[in-house]
Amino acid sequence: MLDLFQKLGHKTLGRFAALGRSTYMLFGALVNVPNFKKGTPLLIRQLYMVGSQSLLIIMVSGLFIGMVLALQGYTVLVGYGAEDSLGPLVALSLLRELGPVVTALLFAGRAGSALTAEIGLMKATEQLSSLEMMAIDPLKRIIAPRFWAGFISMPLLAVIFSAVAIIGAHLVGVDWLGVDTGSFWSIMQSQVSFQQDILNGIIKSFVFAIVVTWIALYKGYDCVPTSEGISKATTETVVHSSLAVLGFDFILTAVMFTS
Amino acid sequence: MNSRKLEILVGFFVALGILAFAMLALKVANSGISGSGETYTLNAKFENIGSLKARAPVKVGGVVIGRVESIYVHPQEFLPVVNMTIDAQYLCRFSDTSSISILTSGILGEQYLGIHPVISPNSAEQRCLGQVVTENKQDEAIDDLFGVDSKALGDGDSITDTKSAIVLEELIGQFLFNQGSE
Amino acid sequence: MNIVMESDLSQSIVEVKDVSFSRGDRSIYKNMSFSVPKGKITAIMGPSGIGKTTMLRLIGGQLKPDSGDILFEGGSIPNMSRKELYEARTKMSMLFQSGALFTDMSVFDNIAFPIREHTELSEDLIRLVVLMKLQAVGLRGAKDLMPSELSGGMARRAALARAIALDPELIMYDEPFAGQDPISMGVLVKLIKSLNEVLGLSSLIVTHDVNEVMSIADHVIIIADQGVIGCGTPDEMRNHESPLVQQFLKGLSDGPVPFHFPAQTYADELLGEKA
Repeated sequence: MLDLFQKLGHKTLGRFAALGRSTYMLFGALVNVPNFKKGTPLLIRQLYMVGSQSLLIIMVSGLFIGMVLALQGYTVLVGYGAEDSLGPLVALSLLRELGPVVTALLFAGRAGSALTAEIGLMKATEQLSSLEMMAIDPLKRIIAPRFWAGFISMPLLAVIFSAVAIIGAHLVGVDWLGVDTGSFWSIMQSQVSFQQDILNGIIKSFVFAIVVTWIALYKGYDCVPTSEGISKATTETVVHSSLAVLGFDFILTAVMFTS
Repeated sequence: MNSRKLEILVGFFVALGILAFAMLALKVANSGISGSGETYTLNAKFENIGSLKARAPVKVGGVVIGRVESIYVHPQEFLPVVNMTIDAQYLCRFSDTSSISILTSGILGEQYLGIHPVISPNSAEQRCLGQVVTENKQDEAIDDLFGVDSKALGDGDSITDTKSAIVLEELIGQFLFNQGSE
Repeated sequence: MNIVMESDLSQSIVEVKDVSFSRGDRSIYKNMSFSVPKGKITAIMGPSGIGKTTMLRLIGGQLKPDSGDILFEGGSIPNMSRKELYEARTKMSMLFQSGALFTDMSVFDNIAFPIREHTELSEDLIRLVVLMKLQAVGLRGAKDLMPSELSGGMARRAALARAIALDPELIMYDEPFAGQDPISMGVLVKLIKSLNEVLGLSSLIVTHDVNEVMSIADHVIIIADQGVIGCGTPDEMRNHESPLVQQFLKGLSDGPVPFHFPAQTYADELLGEKA
């Protein structure tokens, strides 16, 4: 019994230590005078790795999720003769929830795991140490541009996801199932508010961006520099950031959409 | 991967993001009438607003011209007051003799406000907008007919002629009461 | 003897004084002291697993000793502020065991990297400097290759070119000969020697390849048992009276450092008796 408590206490302290280390890492990376001349090419490179390369998976999944939403929504709504409300149903569920959340989950799997593996391998091959010995802070050179790239990319990806999904829903709802295109758009417009729905969704996705990128970078930076260590860190990135995204989503939804 | 190609791909990504944002803002949401500076406000006091809610549309003959901004209870009279924002292009176009009623779209639908407009005379509109009034025989004739100068509704004015929401229970109660008295 | 020591100290680039260091519960060094003379090739040798690489990280300021002091050109590394430490690091450089080339850029960009980061030189000048460094290690023809296309020996030479890119005063080599074929080993030995002579820098080599390093080192330090067990010129070391030094230099399988990892007796274990 005592052993159990000891273990529990040890684990809790370990969690706190990890939180402390990751905060230290983030502050070390972000608190500095930005050097735009040297920083911009690094940021652009990371925007490409993190953002542009995630574009395809985000757009394809967005299209399909929009089409499925329209199909499912239609079959339910048509029973009440309310198929005209398909537009707002699809738009609201995408803008408020599915857009930010699914993007964050896909982002964790696509870009987050790549970030962890890349930084873990840099650590294993002593590239981080060698930067330090060259008097270059790896937090600023490696961590900072990747963090900002994630922070900028995720909301853009979420917005693209929602837009593509709405187009997908239009494709199925209007072109296939025969909902009137005029009422699809106009009822959507009358129900969706720019501040309440679109901006809140974007704020959510900024929060998810911080969470996912932070976890991914920390797991890579803190991993045991062996092949098992890196594979474990990569898995942990996906699992932890997915759970964190869902948890934060609940909190944010509770704050934003209940009054 | 040379840096030029990289920059182009990142630029493409960012442009796509902005495009998607523009589509959401313009095509999906009703960013036209709300918040931006091109609106003016009107008030109306009702007996009962039924289930009217903030952000419900304000319509003239079925066309949305504004939205309900807020609903509160008048501190002295304990009557609900509806505060609405109307598209600025209708500023001073309605006369103060216009009436407003709470209507329901369909049988189970949302409630909205319908304005039955009385177009304000030219001279009243100019007065309301603060312009110099040009004399007009026809307007004077109308004013003479009512015995007062007609007024146009400007920013912050109230519509006095209001018809409350129909509440089903009251309607049934009234019907039974009438039946009983016969 | 004392006077000789004094003059040695005044000319040393790195001084390690009474350093103790432990990882978790395991003590790695106990009150260790030695000094690295300026402008010479110094070799730190010792059996595997006694923390030779740790020593280099301590000198580079990546780790902090539990007690004791490490001086680099008279400045105390463990007590430096972050800014001072980064300034000191621009005067030293380290060749990592794996080379630690940045895998996402070409050999040319790898060598240009520290120059671009720390100076404001124009691209034309950087090109000249990089080509000079590559010429020094004989890899000018490989400047457009990616690190993954290099052999192990070439990668280490490219990393060496990067290490000397900013003309440091001290280069630390972490196991430069490990896993190299005899030819690239010979090339590296010659390179280290000639760089030391031509550029007038100080070299600190951590290794357990006795023969190679004894041929070029001016000063040898042998570490074992959490401390220095012998130091001096290669010839002095060959005639050292300590059996441990002799065992290490001659590569005997058994001696003061036992062949067997500590265990219960062989017979007991085979017979399955609990210790």
